[in-house]
Amino acid sequence: MQQSDFDILVVGGGGAGLRASIAAAEKSPHLKIGLVSKVYPMRSHTVAAEGGAAAVTLEKDSFQAHLEDTVMGSDWLAEQKVVDYFVRHAYQELVQMEHWGCPWSRKEDGSIQVRRFGGMKVERTWFAADKTGFHMLHTLYQTSLKFPQIQRLDEFFVLDLLVLDNAIAGVIAIEVATGELHLLRAKSVILATGGAGRLFRFNTNGGIVTGDGMAMAYRHGVALRDMEFVQYHPTGLPGSGILITEASRGEGGIMVNKDGYRYLQDYGLGPETPLGKPENKYMELGPRDKLSQAFWQEQQAGRTGKYGDSDVVYLDLRHLGEKYLQERLPFISELAKAFVNIDPAREPIPVRPAVHYTMGGIMTDAQCETSIKGLYAAGECASVGLHGANRLGSNSLTELLVFGRLAGEQAAENASNQDFAAMPALQEQSSKLQQQLAALNERTSGESWVEIKKELLITMEEGCGIYRTEAGMQKTLQTIRELRKRYQTVHIQDKSKIYNTEFFMCLEVGFGLDIAEATCLGALERRESRGAHQRLDEGCTSRNDQDFLSHSLVYFQGQEAARLEWQEVDTSILPPAERAYGDAAKSGDATKGAK
Amino acid sequence: MELEVTIQRYLPEQSSEPFKQSYTVPYDTSTSVLDALTYIKEELDPTLSYRWSCRMAICGSCGIMLNGKPMLGCNVFLRDYVKTGMLLEPMAHFPVERDLIIDMESFLTHLEAVKPYLISKDSKESVQTFEPNNQTPQQLDKYQQFSSCINCGLCYSACPQFGLNPEFIGPAALTLAHRYNLDNRDAGQAERMPMINSEEGAWSCTFVGYCSEVCPKSVDPAAAVNQSKVTSATDLLMSLLGGRS
Repeated sequence: MQQSDFDILVVGGGGAGLRASIAAAEKSPHLKIGLVSKVYPMRSHTVAAEGGAAAVTLEKDSFQAHLEDTVMGSDWLAEQKVVDYFVRHAYQELVQMEHWGCPWSRKEDGSIQVRRFGGMKVERTWFAADKTGFHMLHTLYQTSLKFPQIQRLDEFFVLDLLVLDNAIAGVIAIEVATGELHLLRAKSVILATGGAGRLFRFNTNGGIVTGDGMAMAYRHGVALRDMEFVQYHPTGLPGSGILITEASRGEGGIMVNKDGYRYLQDYGLGPETPLGKPENKYMELGPRDKLSQAFWQEQQAGRTGKYGDSDVVYLDLRHLGEKYLQERLPFISELAKAFVNIDPAREPIPVRPAVHYTMGGIMTDAQCETSIKGLYAAGECASVGLHGANRLGSNSLTELLVFGRLAGEQAAENASNQDFAAMPALQEQSSKLQQQLAALNERTSGESWVEIKKELLITMEEGCGIYRTEAGMQKTLQTIRELRKRYQTVHIQDKSKIYNTEFFMCLEVGFGLDIAEATCLGALERRESRGAHQRLDEGCTSRNDQDFLSHSLVYFQGQEAARLEWQEVDTSILPPAERAYGDAAKSGDATKGAK
Repeated sequence: MELEVTIQRYLPEQSSEPFKQSYTVPYDTSTSVLDALTYIKEELDPTLSYRWSCRMAICGSCGIMLNGKPMLGCNVFLRDYVKTGMLLEPMAHFPVERDLIIDMESFLTHLEAVKPYLISKDSKESVQTFEPNNQTPQQLDKYQQFSSCINCGLCYSACPQFGLNPEFIGPAALTLAHRYNLDNRDAGQAERMPMINSEEGAWSCTFVGYCSEVCPKSVDPAAAVNQSKVTSATDLLMSLLGGRS
């Protein structure tokens, strides 16, 4: 086993990981930083984000307004002081990206252009056409090349964290190209491993979004928080689940059912806004959870159309015209043509909800530190408390920057005041893991990881979909627990060392099973409906602040059933109020005094 | 519907020779080559290895040769190869690690060599205002196309020069250098020119133009390389005349 030392290890080379690495390098230039990723950084799923990144930008906007939108979007389950920090640091991070060369879309006078986004009362979403995540990721990756102290370990798959006396000591990784094990010792570790959308069959996520970091922290006793909140994006392409950006609605696209009717007006988002005149927080610019739920209702009522095997509604962009589509939405035009053979300038795009984002994640404090000293988490894998029960589109790209930077700085500070853990204890932990891996490799028969994965995806969709029931979740939880048992005797056929992708896919399924249990347990125990978690059971169909204005915390218990606790939510800035959109918001008091 | 997909396999721990293997894959109108590979891996042969992630032609992982042409596996579809059949091979001009996985290191080294980041006009980078620079849509237009490269490497598989000389920094890296040189916020052209002017730089290109043909994002690297030659010629001339600072 190879051994090497780093002051800081960053696990994950997406937006949060790269931003953290750069921040650490800038804060403490003498530190040696290892950026470990199971893929090349520019393959990370940040690349697929389309719509944009939010920050208070216009004169008429305010921090208070961004905070209110985010807290209301979260159905009051966001940590409000965290949101406050976020909205105050968002703008400077986007400007920093600009200084690093990000090709933000501009107005005629050369200033930054902002667009409308769902659930935001003022236009504040910066964008780079409809490839914002791509441009941000490449800008960050290219900028990271300026820092020789950031040493990349591309295509290194992290297997486990090394923890001694509840302090982080490093990670164990395998070099994918050779199969060789590496003990990477570190004083600080930042997890930036992304979400867990691949737990669901129908999703917008890349194959790598398997929740590895969440599972690793969870197995070492860190709580997974608010995992029951899984965001369905309302507009995925049927079949593949490929994302069609919310920006297409921000730019004026409309949603219709099979009868050509703008059904969103029937779900508390109306009245209908005139064609080509989108209005913030009305109709198509409602939040994602509400839109996905409206789809489900339409489907139940038999008003959805068909594309192949999928029930669909339609995203109509025709009135925007070919030229405007080419300028503002070129990528989704290309995707619609390639994957469903539809030219959006001529025909409406068939769409349906698809799992998109994991609101919950590794619990951290407001400074991104977990309950393990020196272990930080940032980005989609983390639950710093920004999104609560529902994330607003364009908050997460900014989150990568604001909290990636913070995690990087905190990790640098910690590493500067810390020594490496003693090697022998780490070697002992590593040998144990090595034996487990050897056992997996030696097993010649047993359960198939492909079968386990398939059953997991199906049961997650059945039990933890857009609408949930007690019986459905009970059944899913039971199934997950059985699958975890079966996974104990999983086997792989490929016994080689060089690029053994079967081995890694098998490990990813193992990570997924543990997170799935946390997700389903949180969902089952939350006997109310809030944000993206909606139940059909009697007594659970509305929000219940008296009993459930709390974060769920799920703790790993080895092979035993996971344990759940509740944690108080910070509502110190904006007291809980009714969550309303469209005209319904006018009678609510949520945003009283907002300006 | 079913289609036979033939794949060039290479399992270095078993044999030093590549071999061909065929699989029968069910497909419908939406089945991509990547879907076919996933089907093979999960249902027929778990030892087949390939890179992939986003499935939507933006992460740049899944480059392959399809019937001899560089392509992304995720955005070509079996329906279009019923008549011709389908042979998948690893991307040309790169060392093969295993099956369809190639060694990307030379590609990344070339990218890094051109200083592909904004070199700001302020000599001290710490002096930063917290406001964005001005950049008009016209200024953005000058380089935007060249900033759309997803680093998939298909243009290197298409480039006969790179095939002959892997030291040639190649279409994607030259395009990226050009992207920054064209950016009105950048002042790093002088730092990038030595690499572009060098023997392995823009002048190695013989303007075959196949790179632009295979580019899945219409970045048009051939145009970037050719414009770089003009910049390079001017730069060389200026330095001969002693006009360059």
